[in-house]
Amino acid sequence: MSVSADPLVRVEGLKKHFPIQRGVIIQRTVGHVRAVDGISFDIAPGETLGLVGESGCGKTTAGRTILGLYPPSGGEVWIEGVAVREAEGEAMRRLRRRTQMIFQDPYASLNPRWTVGSIVGEPLRVHQLRPRGSARTERVKELLALVGLSPRYVNRFPHEFSGGQRQRIGIARALASEPAFVVCDEPISALDVSIQAQIVNLLEDLQDRLGLTYLFIAHDLAMVRHLCDRVAVMYLGIMVELAGRDELYENPLHPYTQALLSAVPIPDPELDRRRRRTILSGDVPSPINTPSGCRFHPRCPIAKEQCARLVPEWRQVGPGHWVACHEVEPKTLPSV
Amino acid sequence: MGTLLEVQDLRVRFHTTEGVVHAVNGISYSMQEGETVALVGESGCGKSVSMMSILRLIPCPPGEVAEGRALFGQRDLLQLEEAELERIRGGQIGMVFQDPMTSLNPVLTIGRQITETLRAHTSSDGASARTRTLELLDMVGLPAAEERLQDYPHQFSGGMRQRAMIAMALACSPKLLIADEPTTALDVTIQAQIVELALQLRERLGMAIIWITHDLGVVAGLADRVLVMYAGYLVEEAPVLELFSRPWHPYTLSLLAALPRVDRPRSSRLKPIPGAPPNLLAEAHGCPFAPRCGFVMNRCRAENPPLVEIEAGRKLACWANVETGQPR
Amino acid sequence: MDTAAGLTLPRLEELEAPPLSLAQLFWRRFRRHRMALAGAVTLALLTLYSLGGSLFLTEAFANFTQTALRLQAPSASHPFGTDTIGRDILARTIYGGQISLLIGLAAMLVELVIGVGVGALAGYYGKVIDSLLMRITEAWLNIPALFLLLIMAKSFGGRIPDVQLLGRSFSGSVVAIILIIGLTSWMYLARIVRAEFLSLKEQDFVLAARATGTSDLSIILQHILPNSVAPIVVAATLSVGNAILTESYISFLGLGVQPPTATWGNMLEGAHGYIEQAPWLWIFPGTLILLTVLSINFIGDGLRDALDPRSRAI
Repeated sequence: MSVSADPLVRVEGLKKHFPIQRGVIIQRTVGHVRAVDGISFDIAPGETLGLVGESGCGKTTAGRTILGLYPPSGGEVWIEGVAVREAEGEAMRRLRRRTQMIFQDPYASLNPRWTVGSIVGEPLRVHQLRPRGSARTERVKELLALVGLSPRYVNRFPHEFSGGQRQRIGIARALASEPAFVVCDEPISALDVSIQAQIVNLLEDLQDRLGLTYLFIAHDLAMVRHLCDRVAVMYLGIMVELAGRDELYENPLHPYTQALLSAVPIPDPELDRRRRRTILSGDVPSPINTPSGCRFHPRCPIAKEQCARLVPEWRQVGPGHWVACHEVEPKTLPSV
Repeated sequence: MGTLLEVQDLRVRFHTTEGVVHAVNGISYSMQEGETVALVGESGCGKSVSMMSILRLIPCPPGEVAEGRALFGQRDLLQLEEAELERIRGGQIGMVFQDPMTSLNPVLTIGRQITETLRAHTSSDGASARTRTLELLDMVGLPAAEERLQDYPHQFSGGMRQRAMIAMALACSPKLLIADEPTTALDVTIQAQIVELALQLRERLGMAIIWITHDLGVVAGLADRVLVMYAGYLVEEAPVLELFSRPWHPYTLSLLAALPRVDRPRSSRLKPIPGAPPNLLAEAHGCPFAPRCGFVMNRCRAENPPLVEIEAGRKLACWANVETGQPR
Repeated sequence: MDTAAGLTLPRLEELEAPPLSLAQLFWRRFRRHRMALAGAVTLALLTLYSLGGSLFLTEAFANFTQTALRLQAPSASHPFGTDTIGRDILARTIYGGQISLLIGLAAMLVELVIGVGVGALAGYYGKVIDSLLMRITEAWLNIPALFLLLIMAKSFGGRIPDVQLLGRSFSGSVVAIILIIGLTSWMYLARIVRAEFLSLKEQDFVLAARATGTSDLSIILQHILPNSVAPIVVAATLSVGNAILTESYISFLGLGVQPPTATWGNMLEGAHGYIEQAPWLWIFPGTLILLTVLSINFIGDGLRDALDPRSRAI
């Protein structure tokens, strides 16, 4: 596994399967959606790990399962040394205080009947961080100012705000319990381009000021390159590559990563039209019937016979660079 | 290559209970046969509304085309009889929308929907329509076209549905294809497939394309010319290479600066555009971008700059010169 | 003004001003529904009639029998005529109205408590609890209402003591009717609430509350319930009308509130046999029931439109 002295978050072999049930009177489980099917990584304190992939790859499910919002079907997650699956009572409360989530949809992630003040103040109330009254209101106003919103907005309702402002409210809520670890689940995908940069800068500033650790789940590869320290690529429930930011983008080894990167349009007409693109055939398959052997083999441009039979091993092929592909040879490993 | 479409001073308003929304404020441009024009802007800038109102697909009321002409060939689409317009829509102008699930009829098979389009606009009989349909499905890269004819939209993935939509749009070999954010909802690898398909079809069929999008990356790969919209106004028009290498409007400039790059290491913080897009309910005074503009001058707040041709093929609506920082 | 993070605050004008509270939004929309307003006014007048009328005519008078004056057509001294044992119908409709409206309201409250409770728990927890509660609900639904009503009326109809409320004594049979109607009508509300909870619990803001560590009870009461207010209010409003009608049916079968206490429903029962000869016996209470239930239904329509979050127009 990747080396970090005392990672803040440790994920090992995490799985999350959803049963598919059929039947009217008696429900039978006829199969499983294997949304997350065995992922492992560490996140060091203060780091931003990017988790990328296309729809159906399981990245959103992974984020929620890591925080314990879905019970895992297999594997383990440790956050600050505490096993998430076994946390109960006081340990669970502490976990909920030390971890938070920012959501993708600014319109669905805020309760439309609550005022901004109540929304941002909820963690303060639940964890009894400030007594009710002026102390709590002051803290809420501080948090709003921290994310760039006027403190006068405490009594407004979410429907009065734009998408970008609502995302800021969601961020303020996430910061209220003073978490160490924040899972950002596609926090900018639903925003206009000119607002995305504002929010990304805000996230960076907050990370610097407050020493936050992020798991940044996204499908916008350009933004991930800008923001993240290391990047993990998921495909159909498993990780296919993990590397340091520039290493992944400049030296992608897994054919899926290569195709993904070449598919991202570049806002430069000369470059975009000149470059060689790997266009994948076919569609992203469903996580219900995963292909045998290497899951990517039906679409892989370099698939060989063994790829349909054998599941490739997840192995280190360079400093901090891990790949699951039969066709990638590890270079001589440096002493780690 | 003649002029295919000419839009003159188009103004579209919506009458809502909160007031009048000025969605499109006097845009004018023209398109030549065979060229690909990208209409770019963020949500609310009026790009979709302007196109939909030209095709008279906006419900009026509450919409209203207050002014303007849209000349296709020599005929004003906004004044045509409904029957005549229907012949053109689907016949000479094909349309592809963002969400194929709502644009495709969920209770009809794909085969049926395409053959119906063919029979409505051409004089094909059943057999030749079927042959043509198979040709089309093959052309858009849908494998096993024979079986696909019997499938329903929900059996297709997003990418496949979009291909089916393109097939339908191309059924009658239109001169103009209008694509309204066709790849926005698709995964990036599927988007690449669809863009690739569009490029091949353009090669093969020589049709003109209007591609509406907010993604400047897609624009860079596809367009010959770019029209930039902001708050219902057309603020810049330029050939694609020029627009990206020497953007003249502060909005275009800021938008490009705010984009992270997948092909370059991170250099510095992103430069966001401060503030937010304007409220279209308010009466516009001066340039709509003034509150967020880094080059703003007093004149900008008082007078809205008109769109003028600065060089051949380049138009701009701005009082400032972003290259020198002085008034233009 | 710059924040510590070095960002410029968006100006206040950027918010769509003026800020309308949810209550103001609601009122604006409700106002536009003319039938609903008409219904609201009518209901207000009917309530005024029933409550205010008791300032002019006493209950004793309503129950005062004068067999010599039986079955008299409307006249100056008895504007609505007299009934089969000489009681003044006007007075009886006033006091009867109090009971009918009370039954409507109280039965609705019973349904509300049970229906929302069952629906919320079933919808939120799902799985075993949902199955169990839904089977119970379906069982209740499948028993023919009439049987339930009859059985319940027979079993505890006579056994509930009188109740004192607001200076008036209500016979035990009124409480019995309230319970009977409430206990046989909560299922519809339960289903509606369950459906709301099933969909709302998947919303991101609920997940956010769980990620914050909010307790289940808090989530149910403070997060989800306020967002399901719309269908609940509509269903509850309509159930008032339904309860009033049900009371009429029960009374017509002779199982309702027992005389001498008047309700609009048992006044109809009293008209049985004299329908053609003395139409004033049923026209007045019947019309009052009709007006009440119609008004309530129109109000319900207006509420449904006004509370519908999907409609973006104000």
